[in-house]
Amino acid sequence: MFDDFLVRAALAGAGTALAAAPMGCFVVWRRMAYFGDATAHASILGVALSLAFSVPVVWGAAAVALLMASIVSTLSGRGFAMDTLLGVMAHSALAFGLVAVSFIDGVRIDLMAYLFGDILAVTKSDLAFIWGGAAIVLALLALRWQALLTATLNPDLAQAAGFDPRREQLVLTLGLALVVAVAIKVVGVLLIAALLLIPAAAARPFSRTPEGMAGLAAAIGVSAACLGLWASWEFDTPAGPSIVCAAAMAFALASLWRVAARQNGG
Amino acid sequence: MSLIALQNVSVRLGGHMALSHVNLSIEPSEVVTVVGPNGSGKSTLLRTIIGAVRPSVGKITAKPGLRIGYVPQKLALDPTLPMTVARFLSLPIRRTVAEMEAVLETCGLPGLAQRQLSELSGGQFQRALLARALLDKPDLLLLDEATQGLDQPGSATFYRLIEQIRKETGTAVVMVSHELHVVMSTSDRVICLNGHICCEGHPEHVASAPEYRALFGTGTQGALALYRHAHDHSHDGECDHDHPHSHPHGGHA
Repeated sequence: MFDDFLVRAALAGAGTALAAAPMGCFVVWRRMAYFGDATAHASILGVALSLAFSVPVVWGAAAVALLMASIVSTLSGRGFAMDTLLGVMAHSALAFGLVAVSFIDGVRIDLMAYLFGDILAVTKSDLAFIWGGAAIVLALLALRWQALLTATLNPDLAQAAGFDPRREQLVLTLGLALVVAVAIKVVGVLLIAALLLIPAAAARPFSRTPEGMAGLAAAIGVSAACLGLWASWEFDTPAGPSIVCAAAMAFALASLWRVAARQNGG
Repeated sequence: MSLIALQNVSVRLGGHMALSHVNLSIEPSEVVTVVGPNGSGKSTLLRTIIGAVRPSVGKITAKPGLRIGYVPQKLALDPTLPMTVARFLSLPIRRTVAEMEAVLETCGLPGLAQRQLSELSGGQFQRALLARALLDKPDLLLLDEATQGLDQPGSATFYRLIEQIRKETGTAVVMVSHELHVVMSTSDRVICLNGHICCEGHPEHVASAPEYRALFGTGTQGALALYRHAHDHSHDGECDHDHPHSHPHGGHA
């Protein structure tokens, strides 16, 4: 069944969404939206470097994403004006990446495939990487879940309970870099942040606990991936953006539901 | 032995000395109140005790296996994070329903386990924070301005609860408070802090100490003014004490 490109695409989308959604919940709770953006955009620089040195693209992307995420997370504790700084870093990383790609000759690369993803061209080995990466991210989050949540709620509470909040920040940094590497093939560097944020945001109005929100976000993400692929097939639209559109519609519906529920409630 | 002892502890935060040469030890079951103006290092002192900030000089010795329950000054709950009271109590250690019900009962929040934290009133929220700290059966309870934002009766009730918990569990309590008049009857010892320990001792001793007067003598918070007017009959004339001062520190009771 892995020989059907649509099945491979659906599995790739589902695997990515499964890892991105719980990770995205932390991005939302900790107000790291721009952090996700900067990390994802920087990975295009990793793509360029991997092509230049002929190493697998995902490794280069993961390495640069990790570097970017570490820089940002180090700076965040030191009282910089973070939104400005992150805005500068996100977009300059993207610009440097695009410039770096243009230096690479000999290889003809399809830049669009990295900016917007190329989910329909996912190979079996891509699929192995996506599910392997997703499994690591989910395992990391599951193992550190209680400590991560406590540190997210209040770093001092975590400290008093014997956890180092900086270590939990590092866990999230690692997880985020992995999600970025996993998601490049599926939605491309420009839309990774969307896959992190939108399912989590859509799940919020229906959730009573953090676990509920993470689970629901994963379900919304996977459904959006399948729905987006179907739409892409049906209407001949680009697959990555279609997936994000499907997630955005889920968010819009959730927001409407919330407004309606508020009005009914009082 | 002492639960925790700070020896000559100094803390540097972002280039300025937040605490200098603090000597302090907390004995089992005692209630210590820390008073001081804004920016005097009260929160830093508690955060040093829990290990969130490291002293640049000095030594902290804790009794092996010391269990600390910490109630932060405020907990900014992000509206994007859904959290029931029960889920909050289970962070970071999972608790049974029976444990949670018992502690909620103690803290005057019976039946609120399934309520969202964001739906609690200010007083209920502080009690939920306290309940979570109590679940760990602490030897030392640290409260950082736990009654901030509560009205007078609200904070009086809160301190009565602390007093009752101390009696029942024998935990030591270190609390930061502006409301000396409220905590007066409860505290065994008051520490007046302004970067360093200005004076310490029995509440009445500290309230009449010139160092304390120098800090709170003029333009003071309403609560302390209220205290002075209600309980103190020698007015004025003592507020000319210069601060920072150069006399030897530590006027013990």
